[in-house]
Amino acid sequence: MEILVCVRRVPDTSENEIQLNSAGDDIERDDLVYSINEADNYAVEEALQIVARVGGNVTVATVGGEDDEEVLRREMAMGASHGVLITDDAFSGSDGRGIATILKAFVQKGNYDLILTGIQAEDGGAQVGGMLAALLDYPFASLVNSIEVLDGKKLKVSREIEGGNKEISEIDLPCVLSIQTGINEPRYVGMKGIRAVASIPIPTFGVSNLGLEPSAVGEAAAKVKRVDYFVPALGKGAEILHGTREENIDKVLELVAAKGGLK
Amino acid sequence: MEGIQSVVQLTSYLVSGRALFVIIHILGVVCFAYIVAKRLVPLVRGQRDLRFDQPLVRLGRVLKFWLGQWKQPRYKTAGTIHIFIFAGFIVLAMRAFTTLIVGVSENFVMPGLSGKAGPIYNTITDYAATVVFLCMVIAVIRRLVFKPARYAVPARFGKAHTPDAIFLLALIAILMVADSLFAAAKAAAESQQGQPLEVLAVFSLPWMLQSILASITLPTLGRLYFGAYLLHEVTFYFLLCYRPFGIQFHVETSLFNIYFAKLDREILKPVRWGVSEEHLDQVKSFGVKTFEDFTWKHMLDFYTCADCGRCSDNCPANAVGRPLSPRFITTKARDYAFQHYPMFGKSGNGKPLIGNIYSEDEIWSCTTCGACEAECPLLVEYIDKIVDLRRGMIDDGNVPQSLQKPLKALESRGNPYGKMEKKKADWTKAKEFQQDCNVKVVDGKNGADTLYFVDSITSFDDRMQSIGRATAKILKHVGENFGILGSAEKDSGHEVRRFGEETLFMALRDHNVEAIKASGVKRIVTADPHAYNALKHDYKDVPPVEHISQVIAREVKTGKIQFNPVENASSVYTYHDPCYLGRHNDIYDDPRDVLDAIPGLKRVEMTRSRDRSFCCGGGGLMLFYEPKEDQRMGVKRVQMAAEAGANVIVTACPFCMVNIEDAIKVAGLEGKMTAIDLAELVEKQIAGESQTVA
Repeated sequence: MEILVCVRRVPDTSENEIQLNSAGDDIERDDLVYSINEADNYAVEEALQIVARVGGNVTVATVGGEDDEEVLRREMAMGASHGVLITDDAFSGSDGRGIATILKAFVQKGNYDLILTGIQAEDGGAQVGGMLAALLDYPFASLVNSIEVLDGKKLKVSREIEGGNKEISEIDLPCVLSIQTGINEPRYVGMKGIRAVASIPIPTFGVSNLGLEPSAVGEAAAKVKRVDYFVPALGKGAEILHGTREENIDKVLELVAAKGGLK
Repeated sequence: MEGIQSVVQLTSYLVSGRALFVIIHILGVVCFAYIVAKRLVPLVRGQRDLRFDQPLVRLGRVLKFWLGQWKQPRYKTAGTIHIFIFAGFIVLAMRAFTTLIVGVSENFVMPGLSGKAGPIYNTITDYAATVVFLCMVIAVIRRLVFKPARYAVPARFGKAHTPDAIFLLALIAILMVADSLFAAAKAAAESQQGQPLEVLAVFSLPWMLQSILASITLPTLGRLYFGAYLLHEVTFYFLLCYRPFGIQFHVETSLFNIYFAKLDREILKPVRWGVSEEHLDQVKSFGVKTFEDFTWKHMLDFYTCADCGRCSDNCPANAVGRPLSPRFITTKARDYAFQHYPMFGKSGNGKPLIGNIYSEDEIWSCTTCGACEAECPLLVEYIDKIVDLRRGMIDDGNVPQSLQKPLKALESRGNPYGKMEKKKADWTKAKEFQQDCNVKVVDGKNGADTLYFVDSITSFDDRMQSIGRATAKILKHVGENFGILGSAEKDSGHEVRRFGEETLFMALRDHNVEAIKASGVKRIVTADPHAYNALKHDYKDVPPVEHISQVIAREVKTGKIQFNPVENASSVYTYHDPCYLGRHNDIYDDPRDVLDAIPGLKRVEMTRSRDRSFCCGGGGLMLFYEPKEDQRMGVKRVQMAAEAGANVIVTACPFCMVNIEDAIKVAGLEGKMTAIDLAELVEKQIAGESQTVA
């Protein structure tokens, strides 16, 4: 099975202190560390596990700049056979639809049976997967938390439903799935693995070799524009319990039950 | 001698004694040689291990740990019994050899024993055989009646080893009886003929047997004599050939295992012996994944383990019900080797060890505290094996999710918490502290003689920052011109390395070494034993490093540090030895001397102290790992302190502080027990004005 996983490099929320810049229209990006978007990492792991079961190849692709090569290499160190950087000055300022348009053009250059995305980018809006499926006229399932390959033409997928329930569906290939975190336990990638793939050339694609009209992507084509960015003010403080241990335990149980956390 | 024929001349049924015993000798020796050769096959296939240096030092260790049985008395009963058995075996070795040769050449006498020495030697060996026999009886009784807990085999590790142990003990007992009977029958016959050539040692086993045999007729004595000899021969060779199949192989291997034992225990094994760091990129696979990835010496360890259970008896992971028990790390590997390197047929199968004989959790459960290695009488190594197995798991990407985040943060931010580098020195900026003690960051402009290496936890953890500030104040008090690296300091990588992430460790180390060199300091001080151990043993080409407890102890002696008496005279203090200060670096006395120098401080020792200290739960990345356990190590440790009658636990490691303070709460001892770091206590008790900074 030929699998494409669309990945993205994002500021790592656990290793940064996110602050607004002085203009107030973006976050302060100096001193940030970036990493692979967490859900995308689960998607790559899932692709690798599928390929380990039924054979095939995993390609990881990202729309971005030179700096984003880093996450492609990390995923190649995990086991992806190819990494592709889709980059062009004309892409900058693309909205979700723009990114989906670019990815669609790339997908049509290849021959993929299955396309995976993470459920959402940590700094994004969970829109590219669905739009990409629609533009390709492929079936789509979101919030996928397990995948079983039925035969060469179908998958059985499970989707997470509110309240922890699962919905099981069959879906025809080729298709697009957006992957929920927790679907698997992604393998660890150490420095040694990244070094081992450091010198593998990563092909790039741009407007010309994807056959895209520059006007169809980028800032000019974007119909969604960010106008503000703000950090919500901190709410009221937490409630501190001051009783004995036993009293506190009872109180916590009562509070959790009152909020519907216990049935 | 006319009463009974020598065993050589005796003819039983078809063959002469000489022919029979020549055949037994040849068969026995050939079988043993074949078995040993087969046992050596995996060692030849194993990885390199450079253990051929420093022969004199190694011989010295053989004298101490092998001949001197140095570690045996740590377990009084078993140790004493073992020393007797060992001494008996050493004494009897020559006698056994002589007895074997007598079967072929009747008049053989061991060179040196022909004169007066002969009877003296015989007397000694008569007693030796008796002592060994008695020890066997006691050992069997212990196994059957008293059943020391450490011999038990939990169900998940397979069947009990008792039957095999008793079988082997019985064989030795039989050997001793046969040997004594042989001597007794001969002596009885001689005395019946009125020509006693040899006097048996009074109250020895041969002597008692002789008195039983006194009234037996000569022909019967002759048959008994021959029978005893045959029994001795057969038992001897059976034992010789059976030992390589179980726990008694150590009789043969222990000498070699101790000679080749690791000399510099604090230094972790390199990824591959003989491959320099620059060439590590060419090593395809890191660590131990299959049995053949172990080094030959580690395989020899597996053969040598005597299954005495002392490692596991002292292992904190085992004590709190984690899936790890070091004894079974060894015996499972030995069983694997025996199964996959059989006496006949194809050997080796290259199956991964993790998932087959070891579980992931078993290998991640180790805190590398070193209690097992401190105890093992045969110097079996564990930490290197655990680290090698972890290296293999890391290489395969097989790492618990709980550890992936901190490892990733260490890679991108240089600390496991993912905190920003520029906040590394924030602990120095607490207002009151800064007015009192301004800590400079050493860089191109600000030089210093001494570097205080803070490390991640003391820099970023709110509670542990207090240890950092106490350390800084002490350094200021003794007039040290010191500074910190600030944002240029990354995690020491101590646990990164011990969790098997060698490449990341090397990156952290290289960064720190460069920063330290650039700072131009002449020496390093740290209050974190893990950083201390890393700087001292894992790093190269850095200035000499001291733990703060060493600095304090020295300055107490010089008089620069003087103490006010303790405020609460009813407090009882106990000192908890951090593993990486005590066991791994032998710093036991400095912290104790410091405590004893504080007027009015009442100090008690826990039963488990010094090199038998009980790990608090582990430091560094171990704080992120979520082990499967019944109880926390720290809770057990806090209870030990309570049993000792203490209500203040003094330690000298920020990780111990985390674990012990948590454990005090979990154990429900809040208000009854407190923990304090040595540096904090010293800073609190210090008397007088600080020296002016030079």
